[in-house]
Amino acid sequence: MPDKTLTGIILDERVELSLSELSRACSVSTEWIVELVGEGVLEPVGQHQEHWRFSGLCLQRARTAMRLQQDLEINLAGVALALELMDEIEALRERLCRFEAQER
Amino acid sequence: MDFKDYYSVMGIKRDASQDEVKSAYRKLARQYHPDVSKRADAEERFKELGEAYAVLKDPEKRAAYDQLGSNWKAGQDFQPPPDWDAGFEFSGGGFGGGGASAYSDFFESLFGRGFRSSRSDRQSSGFNARGEDHHAKVLVDLEDAYRGATRSISLRAPAIDSTGHVTTKQRTLNVRIPKGVKQGQRIRLSGQGTPGVGQGPAGDLYLEIEFNPHRLYRVEGRDVYLDVPVTPWEAALGATIKVPTPDGAVELKVPEGTTHGRKLRLKKRGIPGEPPGDLYVSLLLTLPAADSEAARQLYRKMQQDHAYNPRSTMGV
Repeated sequence: MPDKTLTGIILDERVELSLSELSRACSVSTEWIVELVGEGVLEPVGQHQEHWRFSGLCLQRARTAMRLQQDLEINLAGVALALELMDEIEALRERLCRFEAQER
Repeated sequence: MDFKDYYSVMGIKRDASQDEVKSAYRKLARQYHPDVSKRADAEERFKELGEAYAVLKDPEKRAAYDQLGSNWKAGQDFQPPPDWDAGFEFSGGGFGGGGASAYSDFFESLFGRGFRSSRSDRQSSGFNARGEDHHAKVLVDLEDAYRGATRSISLRAPAIDSTGHVTTKQRTLNVRIPKGVKQGQRIRLSGQGTPGVGQGPAGDLYLEIEFNPHRLYRVEGRDVYLDVPVTPWEAALGATIKVPTPDGAVELKVPEGTTHGRKLRLKKRGIPGEPPGDLYVSLLLTLPAADSEAARQLYRKMQQDHAYNPRSTMGV
């Protein structure tokens, strides 16, 4: 049994990642992240690339995008469309869940 | 070791063309991709599919697999014949599809050698580089998110031993689960990824939080939902009842004249945070069973004394 307890930080909307931190966490090139921003999949704060700050939530989104692109062999525009539709399905599922709970 | 029938995994005939292999993979991959599918077995099916595709899309591997013969059935005990791969040349590397670390023993026994050498090549470069970041999922209880907790988690990762073989290394970490953590959030543990090469720093470990399914509560973001049954007299007359919350039982006032499904909000009793979530209690009316003469008597009395017709607005 290890004796040391590790403490990490939660990557939520308050955590900010730089372009290089985000690309490293996803094991992808910074250019690929820039392309995701170009497709509107990620929306960093800041004017120029070197000042971009991504919220912690972008990590999850970028990794999903990466898996979709690699595993399904779809281009980035297709990835962006899939992510938007998945968001919509998720929102509808939650609403459905709430309505079903009320019906019971 | 069990034989794997890659053709039936992909739902194609043994004489399928390479184009058919590709389109079958794409179709099934979209269906079973763990990011897309909500099926419980999606991840497993997707891995199986990735492995089948890694073999069948590669003409070299497919030819080698085919010469095992078509008499094998999925799940049948299998040992590779000696020198089965004589005369085949594997170029190694370049497996797309599923995660390369997740292939079955069956795959490893057939194609392991090429796989290993292509993996270890990458490690041998003599420069300083930051270690890779790792990602893992960790299951915690909802109660942990309310109070914070320390959990010991076991992680297995592929490692390459001194002889260049891939083995799985297990390690156990004690990790503090911070109070207020939400489903799907990630926790970053600095320096817990792969050690760096040369002077390079170690990578980070990212833990994705997932809640164990709970008998009572449903969670959405920081809000928590709970169904609470109430009796007709509690609902009609009003009452103070005891309800559970992940942070311990609380007293809840049921308003007089409560109807079935009425939702009450307990502010800030959801998952703590900035802002904290709320706890929503749905009050569900339950009827006592008329399973004794005394109970039936009570229902009969209501029938006689109570002019109540719930269908009066239905025009019948």
